[in-house]
Amino acid sequence: MHPLRKQRLQLVILLVAAAALVIGLVVYMLRENGNFFYTPAQIVSGEAPQSTFLRAGGMVVDGSVLRSDDSLWVQFKITDGVEMLTVEHTGILPDLFAEGEAAIASGKVDENLVLQATQILAKHDEKYTPPEVADAMNAAYKAKQEDKKEQAGSYK
Amino acid sequence: MIAEYGHIALIVALCLSVAQAIVPMAGSFAGYRTWMRLGHSLALGQLVFVAISFACLTAAFVQDDFSLQYVANNSNTLLPTQFKVSAVWGAHEGSLLLWALILALWSAAVALFSGHLPLVLSSRVLSILGAISVGFGLFILLTSNPFARILPFSPTEGGDLNPLLQDFGLIVHPPMLYMGYVGFSVAFAFAVAALIGGQFDSAWARWARPWINSAWVFLTIGITLGSWWAYYELGWGGWWFWDPVENASLMPWLVGTALVHSISVTEKRGAFRSWTLLLAILAFSLSLLGTFLVRSGVLTSVHAFANDPERGIFILAFLGLVVGSSLLLFALRGPVVQRQQGDIEVVSYSGLSREMMLLLNNVLLVSAMAMILIGTLYPLIADVLDLGKISVGPPYFNFFFVPMTLGLMVAMGFAVFSRWKKTDAQMLRQKGMLPFLISLSAALILPLFLAESMSWATYSITAVITLGASFWVVTMSLEDLWQKLDRGSSAVSSRLKNLTKLPGSYWGMQVAHIGIAVCALGVGLSSVYDVQKDVRMVPGDRVAVAGYEFTFDSLNFVQGPNFGASRGQISAYKNDRLVAVLYPEKRKYEARNQVMTEAALDAGLTRDLYVSLGEPLKGDAWAIRLHVKPFVRCIWLGGLMIGLGGLLSVMDKRYRRRRKPRTLSTAQSEATAIEASAQ
Repeated sequence: MHPLRKQRLQLVILLVAAAALVIGLVVYMLRENGNFFYTPAQIVSGEAPQSTFLRAGGMVVDGSVLRSDDSLWVQFKITDGVEMLTVEHTGILPDLFAEGEAAIASGKVDENLVLQATQILAKHDEKYTPPEVADAMNAAYKAKQEDKKEQAGSYK
Repeated sequence: MIAEYGHIALIVALCLSVAQAIVPMAGSFAGYRTWMRLGHSLALGQLVFVAISFACLTAAFVQDDFSLQYVANNSNTLLPTQFKVSAVWGAHEGSLLLWALILALWSAAVALFSGHLPLVLSSRVLSILGAISVGFGLFILLTSNPFARILPFSPTEGGDLNPLLQDFGLIVHPPMLYMGYVGFSVAFAFAVAALIGGQFDSAWARWARPWINSAWVFLTIGITLGSWWAYYELGWGGWWFWDPVENASLMPWLVGTALVHSISVTEKRGAFRSWTLLLAILAFSLSLLGTFLVRSGVLTSVHAFANDPERGIFILAFLGLVVGSSLLLFALRGPVVQRQQGDIEVVSYSGLSREMMLLLNNVLLVSAMAMILIGTLYPLIADVLDLGKISVGPPYFNFFFVPMTLGLMVAMGFAVFSRWKKTDAQMLRQKGMLPFLISLSAALILPLFLAESMSWATYSITAVITLGASFWVVTMSLEDLWQKLDRGSSAVSSRLKNLTKLPGSYWGMQVAHIGIAVCALGVGLSSVYDVQKDVRMVPGDRVAVAGYEFTFDSLNFVQGPNFGASRGQISAYKNDRLVAVLYPEKRKYEARNQVMTEAALDAGLTRDLYVSLGEPLKGDAWAIRLHVKPFVRCIWLGGLMIGLGGLLSVMDKRYRRRRKPRTLSTAQSEATAIEASAQ
């Protein structure tokens, strides 16, 4: 074989092998490390897997924030308008965390269907609602409206 | 009226850029030299009008003209003046105007400093830059006009700039970053002009190299500043979050780094030609993709302050047009470029050569970019395909990026010693022996002293690997430098005399490579030895963190220009000696009623003390985060060194030859190019 061709062939083989390795690893790692987003309703109904790392988001329920007196433990509820999910966390909450505002919690759901969060995210701007939360709220609102219609229909 | 002048100036600039896109290109095909020369004046004219427009918007901000929608949303009478100016690029519309201004600056720079280039090439480069500014001009005027008025009921007070952006970091970070992003448009224009003309050789590489290097320097500094800003301003001590927007800036940087290396092969050895062109196209495409990701708001991100689908579609269409047409051109013309002067001796190299080392560098950098691209776009694709809402976390990115960086560093050590064409393996082994032994012993011994206590329990393997790789790069670089200084006499004094004789590009390489090592050292050591404690404290409390004692002395209320703040006083002691007094704040910005944490830090080369106020708890108690971060400063010091290295390389005398009268050969090649294109 011509030395240049041989060199190119080696190069191509090297590249293909490296690409195959990388793609395989990428797919594997994406599966391992992709965190799914669930709505409070999905978690409370048991649809979301337990003890896997996931994210949940909704509006923080008014008056639901409970703090410990001697540690940084905190508990609060988030809602998508249908169900309420209890979230527990130890640590500092973000600046824009507030009752009645959107928040996203990431962590694992325990056997009592409480989300043990390792991280709490709030919006970074007072006009901004995370798209996932907005979608979840909209979907929940629609479902509620349809429920109402059905109920109204059955009364007639 | 000022706003209307700004609007009109922007429209004039758009008209000039349309002419700039068409006239020189048409002239280059028809062979009209006057048409080709017109590109230079049009580029300068465009700069003047975009600058007027930008100045008008700035004036509107300084004068608190809240009848402008954009000013009303992003400024306030109480906002300090320097932030009123930086608020111009604090949100979508203004940052695009900054984009356009910087593009005009680069085009004007090309027009002014391209006297030594063949006219056909420089006119085509300017024409392509003109086409890009047409795209951006239309985008601003049609979808994101910063001069839109709210009339007749304009507000008397503005909504204020997002408090996170009221900071020195925001004044400097976006312009630097954009200089880098947009600078790659010059590399792109050079590549497309080369493809159109079919002329692409060492001379081309020598012309394009300073442009590519300077864009890369700006991007490097921009990313470094962004990371530094996030560290002290977001308030929680992180410096890189693998956030989509950060990834959007890192991807063009990785490809740009590959390009900076591959073009040196093209210049010196005539190899890697089509690869270099492809990288130039890719670097700019990724810059545009970054703009799309940031500005369309398709990804959930801390940076997605505003979103608008119409804008997203426009940028996506523009991106599709730029990438599609340039890749099509590449597919059609690439083989022509490759065949030209395709002497086999020129491009042949052995398995162990500098070419091979640079190829390895390119493969690793581009693979790193590819995996970041996949990780960044995967949530988007999954959402479109209805696979659920997924976010890809840092473990994914670290899993790929860390080993690839280590691989790059190992190769980097050998690469400085390798020779073009063929390197003697025996020689590499000999030269590598001493640095290897030094790095190995440093890596094994130093972790014992860096940890809090000298025991196996705190002995960190990550620290061993980090130290080993960093020392390897530094010692190999220094050994090469020592050897290069030997010019006939190996005496120390004569070597020192030769320090000034080495070329700028060599110093650039050395400083940048050592910068990578310093940065890696900062990343590795700060992640291993970082100690963080979230505690509940009342005034008078004392908490120990990593050998330091922090006391919460007092809490006061202070009034700022547009905020009120609770300010804590926290003293840090080491061995009962006062080291620093820190004043972290919890601010409440009045206009938006937004709360923000302002961390306090005591910076040092070997460690940062970082304190932030969390939230008030019952009574006098506060949640407080105390951080001791060893070597974290090395991350940005390294970043600056990498940028400085690039700068030294740009200033290399070889690329600053004085304007010479056009030589016979370039005039000839120009003439043949005109003939060829006229046919």
